[in-house]
Amino acid sequence: MSAKIIKNLDEIPTEIIETDLLIIGGGNAGCFAAYEAKTQNPSLRVTIMEKAHISRSGALAAGMDAINTYLREDKGETPEKLVKWSRAQMGGGPIREDLALSNAEILNETVDLLEEWGLPIVRDEGGQYKLRGRYDISIQGEQLKPIMAEKAMEAGAQVLNRVAATNLLIEGERCIGAMGFGVRDGKFYVIRAKATIVSTGGACGIYKSPVTDYSGSHHQTWMCPFNVGTGYAMGIRAGAEMTSLEQRWVAVRTKDFCGPVDTIAVGYGCLMINGKGERIMEERYAHVGGEKAPRFFRLNAPMNEWLEGRGPTYVDTRVLDPEEAKDLRTDLLNERPTFVLFLASLGIDITKEPVEIYGSDPYIVGGHTGSGYWVGIDRMTTVPGLFAAGEAAGGSPNKFVGGCGSEGRLATRGALGYLKKVSLPPADSAQVEQEKKRVFAPFLRGPEFDGINPVEMEERLQRLMDEYAGGVHQFYRMNEERLVQALKHIRKLQDQAELLYAGELHDLMSAHEVIDRLNVAEVLVHHLLFRKETRWPGWQTRMDYPEVDPKLDCFVESVRDPKTGEVKVFTRPYEQLIPGDRTKG
Amino acid sequence: MPPKVDREKCDGCKVEKEPLCEQVCPGDLMTLGEDKKAYCRMARDCWDCMSCVKICPKGAMETRIPYQIGYHGAKLIPLMGTNTITWTLIDINGKVERFHYINRGSLD
Repeated sequence: MSAKIIKNLDEIPTEIIETDLLIIGGGNAGCFAAYEAKTQNPSLRVTIMEKAHISRSGALAAGMDAINTYLREDKGETPEKLVKWSRAQMGGGPIREDLALSNAEILNETVDLLEEWGLPIVRDEGGQYKLRGRYDISIQGEQLKPIMAEKAMEAGAQVLNRVAATNLLIEGERCIGAMGFGVRDGKFYVIRAKATIVSTGGACGIYKSPVTDYSGSHHQTWMCPFNVGTGYAMGIRAGAEMTSLEQRWVAVRTKDFCGPVDTIAVGYGCLMINGKGERIMEERYAHVGGEKAPRFFRLNAPMNEWLEGRGPTYVDTRVLDPEEAKDLRTDLLNERPTFVLFLASLGIDITKEPVEIYGSDPYIVGGHTGSGYWVGIDRMTTVPGLFAAGEAAGGSPNKFVGGCGSEGRLATRGALGYLKKVSLPPADSAQVEQEKKRVFAPFLRGPEFDGINPVEMEERLQRLMDEYAGGVHQFYRMNEERLVQALKHIRKLQDQAELLYAGELHDLMSAHEVIDRLNVAEVLVHHLLFRKETRWPGWQTRMDYPEVDPKLDCFVESVRDPKTGEVKVFTRPYEQLIPGDRTKG
Repeated sequence: MPPKVDREKCDGCKVEKEPLCEQVCPGDLMTLGEDKKAYCRMARDCWDCMSCVKICPKGAMETRIPYQIGYHGAKLIPLMGTNTITWTLIDINGKVERFHYINRGSLD
């Protein structure tokens, strides 16, 4: 396909598929959604649309070393306690406690399923899952993603690998599937479905990564760089309501290589220290909980050390004995194997030298913070027929692996209830033709076109977001005028998206990835502008409004009008269901 | 971080419709050159998940750390067994370590 120059849209075949349940994105949530659907109703037609190959796609491609949330009932843990903890981790919220509670209630079942499927989970002497934190359990999860994928396939879901989704199929107000294109076969796909679940993961690459500057490693990011926010973007374009996008996830990571720090710090007790050897959290953040402070404080703390002249910053691995250092690196091989290679490439003995840490680039990830689609308790978005799961679903943070899988199951339950009541309307050929034209436009322009290649535009977006909308190089700080400037540039890029060209199908995918990122960036900036306060320093630092404003103790929401492109921002109230001090876990 | 392909070892997975590294790469980065050897089309875009290295039947792939962030000469080689994985790690000083563990099934 790539060698053949296509000049005419009619040369591109259209494949129409009808199904009962369409799942866009075959990651963790998508695989669990498919498994749940086929288990509940084996005769249901379930189709997964996956832009890579489900055996190693998405954020779990390299594996995982822990399940961050599991309720040890023998330790007195309950769904209510987990929700309280999650709320406290967000500095008191607001969070959607209704969603979080319903998720927590089925969380253990999801994790137990993984073990039954063949995921090695470490057990303690009493035969219980071994804890490495209050809710963290250790796994040997190198095969985590292949295991999930096999179960989705064995259950009988139809898997369309290498088909990238580009837009939802909308009939009136309702979602009746999605469209996209084959990254390998070059076909245009129209998938008509009674109900649709979007589980495309979060958005990475909206901002420039701290490592991009000085190496060829453009994708030296913590979040999977192939998760570009397509799920959010499709919803934004269709007028779906988004929540809490301004609650950006930024994490403290190892410096130069964006590797995991929680495994080292939480799992192995290597505390964060500054250049003078002081324990940062104890020394300066005792008032917000010290080592147990909410995650945004843990991110912002080392960055403030740099700003205030006490860098570099480290996790103090010198407390480890050689055996522990080996165990730690074994864990890391399960999650981020090349981080172990990175340490070997520095040639340091981590029991003698601490490991440097720094902040990551910001991500929009609803499995970690509250960013994503606004959903009901049935996980239906504000677009009827469209459900959201995993990182795509907003309001309920700290879901991580177990919670995102659970969310996939819950979205399926909601979708099954919905699709019983509906039938599939006839195809709207005008909408399909319009999308086909939009999708293949960069490809029809061809590689010789005097325009913009997707990489150029992506880098331009990432730098402007970094500079004007609080990226790592600006220590996450922002103000009104800079955000307005960011919007101005984003709109210019959106205008110039008409000039994107692609020579190969891979480049065509990259072109749509940058178009999707522009939609997410635009709405994100509107959210950041609206929150005229600093509620989660580091994640959301407004230099012009440095304090918490009690009037903004609510959700910030947005809807983009599909006809005019205007983004409307408004609020929804927070409802406290679990009583007690919101900042205490 | 680009996976480096050993052109002597890579046979382009002759019997497959497309090579396994191309099938599995989450970023759609691996593909076959005109010489029927696999290569990474955008080295800068690799996330270094090592899926290609793990699946290569010829052991022809190696993930390298770019010199800008790590010194030259370190190696990490996975060997996939039945329900186990064995990693060989060599640091820049030539120190060799092995990590062997179960990656599927019960740990009992």
